[in-house]
Amino acid sequence: MKKFLKDFYLLLIFLFLYAPIVVLMVFSFNNSKSRRLWHGFTTRWYIELFQDADILHSLYVTLLVAILAAALATLIGTAAAIGIHNMRRRTRSVYLAVNNIPMSSSDTIMGVTFMLLFAALHLDKGYLTLLLSHVTFCVPYVVLNVMPKLRQLDRNAYEAALDLGATPYQALWKVILPEIRPGIVTGAIMAFTMSVDDFVVSYFTAGTTSQPLSVVIYSMTRHRMTPKINAVSTILFLFVLVLLIVINMRQVRDEKRRQAQKGGRT
Amino acid sequence: MKKSFAYPYGVWMVIFILAPILLVGVYAFTSGDGHFTLHNFTYLPGYLPVFGRSFWLALISTAVCLLLGYPMAYIMSQLSASRQSLCMMLIMLPMWMNFLLRTYAWMSILENNGFLNQFFRQIGLISFLQTQFAYPLDYIPLINTSGAVVLGMVYNFLPFMVLPIYTVLIKLDSKLIEAAQDLGAPTHLVFRRVIFPLSLPGVISGITMVFVPSVSTFVISQMLGSGKYLLVGDLIDLQFMGGAYNPHLGSAIALVMMLLIFLCMWVMNKFDDGTSEQGGLML
Repeated sequence: MKKFLKDFYLLLIFLFLYAPIVVLMVFSFNNSKSRRLWHGFTTRWYIELFQDADILHSLYVTLLVAILAAALATLIGTAAAIGIHNMRRRTRSVYLAVNNIPMSSSDTIMGVTFMLLFAALHLDKGYLTLLLSHVTFCVPYVVLNVMPKLRQLDRNAYEAALDLGATPYQALWKVILPEIRPGIVTGAIMAFTMSVDDFVVSYFTAGTTSQPLSVVIYSMTRHRMTPKINAVSTILFLFVLVLLIVINMRQVRDEKRRQAQKGGRT
Repeated sequence: MKKSFAYPYGVWMVIFILAPILLVGVYAFTSGDGHFTLHNFTYLPGYLPVFGRSFWLALISTAVCLLLGYPMAYIMSQLSASRQSLCMMLIMLPMWMNFLLRTYAWMSILENNGFLNQFFRQIGLISFLQTQFAYPLDYIPLINTSGAVVLGMVYNFLPFMVLPIYTVLIKLDSKLIEAAQDLGAPTHLVFRRVIFPLSLPGVISGITMVFVPSVSTFVISQMLGSGKYLLVGDLIDLQFMGGAYNPHLGSAIALVMMLLIFLCMWVMNKFDDGTSEQGGLML
């Protein structure tokens, strides 16, 4: 009975989280522009989507910026985490405090501050400003995912590698990085997700020719919404769903293999 | 392993995190021609109701998120490992559907002729109200109420409450709980005296991660409140991107907002015993 209640509670919350998503997906197949009356099934929005240069361009901007931002953030963030890990307590806490600012300050204020910065630097809003701001709010997620892995690391492993004749570079590449890789991967995925999901910062930093999907959607919600947007979002959503299922299945498989190995050893 | 690895990011943080905040300060205290002035702040008392409304609605949303999110995180933490990762995935997944669109979909659900009101009509709730209580409308007003704005906030930020609490709960030392049980503590006492106090760092970072975006959002109120409930975020948006273009006044508002948020978090962190070195902001 208690178990039933718990499951029921989870179900209710997920219903709440997914109700609007279901509405969106269903109405991407609606044979009308209405967003609440059903006029029969159609796939025409999906066909028209691929002829809509504006939406496709914004999707391209979103994905391009997300990939570049996640890659750069992962590089900078991983290096930073290794560096911060080796700092004295005092410097480390200063670094971590500043690192926390983008995560704990509001998107709106962050977007505004970027806007002022780029104005002061005489940088026109465009791909570059979009990328720079996205990298800035992505790095903290990488740092915070890599730091715990570094803390779990056995310090002796690195020194053992050096004693056995590895160069510091080799030791880093062959000993440290493989150990902290799960943290790096999680951080990179999180950075990518944050970048794709972002609207507020992009709104303040994107130029007119570099508008990501979210900014295009925003201007549509104020004027004229087309079900093509529902269609493109449904595709993106299903793509990520499949991707996550594959990752999840691989994790479960790895877990099983590891347990089997452990079982074999004892 | 070298400290110097962090130096590029140090430079990056100075340029892209610290300098912009400084710039907000500079803009707030200058006029259009670059002279020092306090003039921008003289407008602020007029915006007091907006500030009050923002903090009040954000406070309610945060409370609702905590009430809904804590049991959620707690139940999740007790599931089997594979179901836990499934739940995690289900919580993160909605973030892949653009949040503007999800909020837009709530409009279809909450409108006067939306799905919920259609449903109420179908089950005869509206006609029941009309005949029994002389209810004057043929719908229940849901959209464009402050309740709808709170719903939008709760909907968008609930995952930020669940995840940090969940992260803390799964790391709890089960020996402590067993010890409490062995010493004869009933379930509710184990929760109140052991589990809840130990999960406080997660609760505090959850509160922060819900409160901060709620208090400064500007899209949710526009979409679900039809602009009737002007929030501080809307005010800032108007000064920087809207018709009222005045970045100096906008910066003054943003600066006060930053200070107020900072103050709230400082008070919040007083409740924490300060043992967690990471600042508790782990997602």
